[in-house]
Amino acid sequence: MSELVLKNGIVYDPINNVNGEKMDILVKDGKIVEKLNGNAKTIDCSGKIVMPGGIEIHSHMAGGKVNGGRLFQPEDHVRFAMPKTKVTRSGTGFSTPTTFLTGYLYSKMGYTTGMTAAMPPLMARHTHEELKDIPMIDKGAYCLTDGNWFIMKYLKNGEIEKCAAYVSWLLKATKGYVVKITNPCGTEAWGWGKNCRSLDDPAPYFDITPRELVKGLVEVNEILKLPHSVHLHANNCGRLGNFVTTLETFKVPNGTKPAAKRQIMHATHIQFHSYGGDTWHNFESKADEIAKAVNSNKNIVIDTGTVTLDHTTTMTADGPLEYYLQSLTHLKWMNRNVEMETSPGITPFIYSRKMPTASIQWAIGLELSLLIKDPWQVLMTTDHPNAGPFIRYPRIIAWLMSRKYREETASKVHKVIYDRSTIDGIDREYSFYDIAIVTRAGEAKALGLSDRKGHLGVGADADIAVYDINPSEIDPSRDYKEIEKKFSSAAYTIKDGEILVKNGEIVQTRYGRTLWVNSKVDGELEKEVMKDIEYNFKRYYSVNLANYPVREEVLTRSTEVTRSASV
Amino acid sequence: MMTDVILVPKVQHKISLEAEVIKPDEFAGKTIEEIKELPVYFGNTVQKLGDFFEVSGSAEENAENLRIVVEGDVSRVKRIGEGMTTGEILVKGDVDMYLGARMKGGRIVVEGSVDSFAGQQMRGGEIEIKGNAKDYLGGSYRGDWRGMRGGRIIVEGNAGKEVAEFMRGGEIIIKGNCDSFAGVHMKKGLVIIEGSVAERVGAEMVGGSIIVLGEMANLLPSFKIGEVVEGLKIDGREFPGKFRKYIGDFAEGPSVKGVIYKRL
Amino acid sequence: MATITDVICPFCGTLCDDIEVVVNGSKIESARHACKIGNSKFLSINDIPRPIKPLIRENGASREASIDEAIAKAAEILSNSKRALLFGWSSTSCEATAVGIEIAEEIGGLIDGTTTVCHGPTVMAVQYVGLPSVTLGEIKNRADLVIYWGANPMHAHPRHLSRYSIFPRGYFRERGQQDRELIVVDVRKTDTAKIANHFIQVEFGKDYELLSALRMIVNGGELEEEEVAGVPKEKIIELADKMMNCQFGILFFGMGLTMSPGKHRNIDNAISLVKNLNRHTKFSIMPMRGHWNVTGFGEVMTWQTGYPFAVDFSRGYARYNPGETSANDVLQREEVDAVLVVASDPVAHFPRKSVAHLARVPMITIAPHHSLTTELSEIFIPSSMVGIEEEGTAYRMDTVPLFTRKVIDPPQGVLSDVEILKRILEKIREMR
Ligand code: SF4
Ligand SMILES: [Zn+2]
Repeated sequence: MSELVLKNGIVYDPINNVNGEKMDILVKDGKIVEKLNGNAKTIDCSGKIVMPGGIEIHSHMAGGKVNGGRLFQPEDHVRFAMPKTKVTRSGTGFSTPTTFLTGYLYSKMGYTTGMTAAMPPLMARHTHEELKDIPMIDKGAYCLTDGNWFIMKYLKNGEIEKCAAYVSWLLKATKGYVVKITNPCGTEAWGWGKNCRSLDDPAPYFDITPRELVKGLVEVNEILKLPHSVHLHANNCGRLGNFVTTLETFKVPNGTKPAAKRQIMHATHIQFHSYGGDTWHNFESKADEIAKAVNSNKNIVIDTGTVTLDHTTTMTADGPLEYYLQSLTHLKWMNRNVEMETSPGITPFIYSRKMPTASIQWAIGLELSLLIKDPWQVLMTTDHPNAGPFIRYPRIIAWLMSRKYREETASKVHKVIYDRSTIDGIDREYSFYDIAIVTRAGEAKALGLSDRKGHLGVGADADIAVYDINPSEIDPSRDYKEIEKKFSSAAYTIKDGEILVKNGEIVQTRYGRTLWVNSKVDGELEKEVMKDIEYNFKRYYSVNLANYPVREEVLTRSTEVTRSASV
Repeated sequence: MMTDVILVPKVQHKISLEAEVIKPDEFAGKTIEEIKELPVYFGNTVQKLGDFFEVSGSAEENAENLRIVVEGDVSRVKRIGEGMTTGEILVKGDVDMYLGARMKGGRIVVEGSVDSFAGQQMRGGEIEIKGNAKDYLGGSYRGDWRGMRGGRIIVEGNAGKEVAEFMRGGEIIIKGNCDSFAGVHMKKGLVIIEGSVAERVGAEMVGGSIIVLGEMANLLPSFKIGEVVEGLKIDGREFPGKFRKYIGDFAEGPSVKGVIYKRL
Repeated sequence: MATITDVICPFCGTLCDDIEVVVNGSKIESARHACKIGNSKFLSINDIPRPIKPLIRENGASREASIDEAIAKAAEILSNSKRALLFGWSSTSCEATAVGIEIAEEIGGLIDGTTTVCHGPTVMAVQYVGLPSVTLGEIKNRADLVIYWGANPMHAHPRHLSRYSIFPRGYFRERGQQDRELIVVDVRKTDTAKIANHFIQVEFGKDYELLSALRMIVNGGELEEEEVAGVPKEKIIELADKMMNCQFGILFFGMGLTMSPGKHRNIDNAISLVKNLNRHTKFSIMPMRGHWNVTGFGEVMTWQTGYPFAVDFSRGYARYNPGETSANDVLQREEVDAVLVVASDPVAHFPRKSVAHLARVPMITIAPHHSLTTELSEIFIPSSMVGIEEEGTAYRMDTVPLFTRKVIDPPQGVLSDVEILKRILEKIREMR
């Protein structure tokens, strides 16, 4: 049996309140254990950081839209290529890496779990086919519910229980892990080339407002007792002056209690939602306002969507946003309204250091991380690839750990940031403990995965990252380049007790689990809702109901998380 | 003083050799033996430059003063001069695809003809082709909206389709005739066609200038007919005679600034 | 007798998923709901004789061989090649394509699909300007203006009109056809044109000009010419008006546009027109993909290699440039030294110069039936029919994924594309 001792590492395990203690981590049969029998393989971790494996909470890494981004950007794929080796497949792509490459690149950084952020239900099979080809990490998919006709109708009619039963069915049918809402109601409006520009701007014909939809889905999510809260990409993403909408959105769940020990709402890529100004000339950061709101609301968790100043790709189910972006850049534009469900779009984007807007956007992402006091509430993402590719995580870590590095970058971007953001005045520097929270422990907790992931306590999955950094010897504030380098290439990435990466090189490939929620509701209620589903499929979908659900066989190591609803 | 390295092809092959190492930047400072060892790609194999060429002469320290002379037909050798920044290449025969692609400086002279994608996304330097050029001369890579950005290409013979595709700067001169879609998606830069040009010249252009001295096939309906000008002066060059100005391509929108001058 | 419902028709890109197949022992009796061509595809499994044993051609004569021998020989040819071409894929499953990609990567060869000779230009155009599109159900529920340009679905995609575009009742189009307008643009009055509300006859090879004129109008310009591409000015303005003033428009285009002079630039211009129309209303565009899984081939290629077709693995990773790495280009330059064909018949469809080279090099073909290509092949390995005798993933023309069903067993001893390819890959790996 595979047994492993990680000896004398300096361990950061925030879920278990371990902050830089020298200790051994014991592994047996893919789990962390208390005791071993003897002849275990020993890895000397002295002078090295040991953390739980990284967890990606929001990344567009698989599915139709991601593949659309790959397909229409050969120029992104000539930018970066990795030839096949004895153990790995080949791959290409800088901001839209191919599937195999995606798994390898996460693994090289010490990541062991990743969630793909937006799965249109009708396209679920596609998302899972790609996840099947992403090696190295455990994974899951967020099921889009924003422009869903069933949901809008049930909520409009006040049929919250039926709505819950439908969502329960939808999660099972698509093998989804999370209720994802992107531009609530706006994605239905986009069916007519329109958008919803405020929380009270209703979807045409369905006559339900984003406020009602979000509130309803929050309730549904808690009725179903799902592991994660609703995962919301709020209205007015990327728009001038949108911080007002964001602040209002944070209040929508007020009054609903979380069914588990976690947030009531996960608000994603808030960098894109913290904008002030009413023209691009007075565009400014409102990160401070947003941070204030989060600091006074323990029920909200956000992720940042930090801009990395790269030439990248924007892709989201927020179709109207993508249309708007391409009308600014005049670059190519892909759109894919999905019948009765949602409306993804894609367009390339260059965050140029010379541009005032991009520079302020860069500042905002970091401001959020630094102004929000509790790291458990501000998780690190780039909304890959929207604000930048995930391979830039080590750079963001270095920015967070070093004021000097931020100053150095600030001196190279547009000077407008000194006036229209507060980034220059912030002294705070993250500790390794903070980093461990915003890149793994916080994610595990927010996702309701902390029983098995995001920590190194006994019983946890043996998903471990070791970095060749000696905290007692390095000054991250000064040696930020070193920090960036070391987090880019893990000394070891251990997945389920197997060494997959050694010294930044992949030594073994494996396929991880696919996590999905097996949501259980009352049988009678489910039957009733099935009638509605059958009726609507016959009339309005372009596929037969029988051909809609994703078969479990397509999932690698299908792992269901069962949750019984209160209805 | 220029010193020469001479390459003489020694084998015939159908499969194209990929030899982006053939450029002064790579050769400079190397011994002839070292140059022979440089990797070239042949089908799914990696081989040595010396397996395909007799190599002689000497490589100066300095790439600037280095000239590579290819004596013979390399119509199955791709990527010669790709990404070169300085020095010279003289090819005394035909050349395969991607000649001088992404070139930044220096000079390439081809006595024969070149295949497609010559000068792709070029940024500087000069390419002179005595024969003909195939398609996408000075064009872009698939999906990329940033084609040639600088430098100059001169073709003594004819050029194929989509010359100057997505051009963003620099200059292309075609002394012979030019096939369809010359200057497609052009935004900046200058294309001079001394012979005649086939249909759809300037298609979807939003800026830049195309000068046609010979015949021009029917212009697209989305161009507007402008005034007649007497003697042209563009980028410091003068063209005598009367020219009809056309503006377009209004398919792209109302504020386009692409110009075609056709000599009357 | 057994009836299997919700079967997906493995014939055209419409990928109808409502077929009811009646199976009687080893025969298919009928395929209800399928159109004529779909039906005949299902019934073709009854064709006798069906090739069962692999054939190997030596010194001009062909002989039956065991599957092991055929696979070993195929692996040897591929393994020894310097620049092999793996071609076909549009009529097999995504799972088969995935193994094909792995073989191409393993041997440093090229992999290309039939896309290269149908909608390759579309893909190239999408790479320049994008693709504002929708799923087919959106069209059924919302579209009030449907345009087919250079496409004749009445023949090539018979149920396209009735399932998705013109005839069905949709959520916002309760009266079906009466709530919609159909416009056909083509070089001749096709059967689809005959049922259209408006037919616009475009001069052959002048689609690009007509598109440019339309875009100019849509973008606020004034058309100076009295006639473009054989269409009078008033008619062009009328068409532009209809497009700008509909509530939800869709432009379907076919090979009449992709393969006429201008090729990818025709599509570039058509997509750009649709982009421009979105300033006025909701408008989308969709290629009428032909073979049932030609879309799926592109999807798998893209997520595994980064490029949708014409991929060259000679350097151990994928590279792409149609015109260089595409099947016909490498064939006509006589670069290819071995060919593997899967579920396709290039000998029947490729230009003469390409076929001449196919005849020169060792060719291995995996297909359910005899064809001109199997006739020219050194090795022919019969395979089962995906979507009828094997299940597998396919993507509809609007990129909706569907899992095709197995309704009947393949003839004894006949393996699936996936199995054959996997065994070839395994053998190749053994040889290295
Ligand atoms: S339209 Fe196409 S997919 Fe549908 S039944 Fe006919 S051939 Fe089959
Ligand atoms: Zn996102």
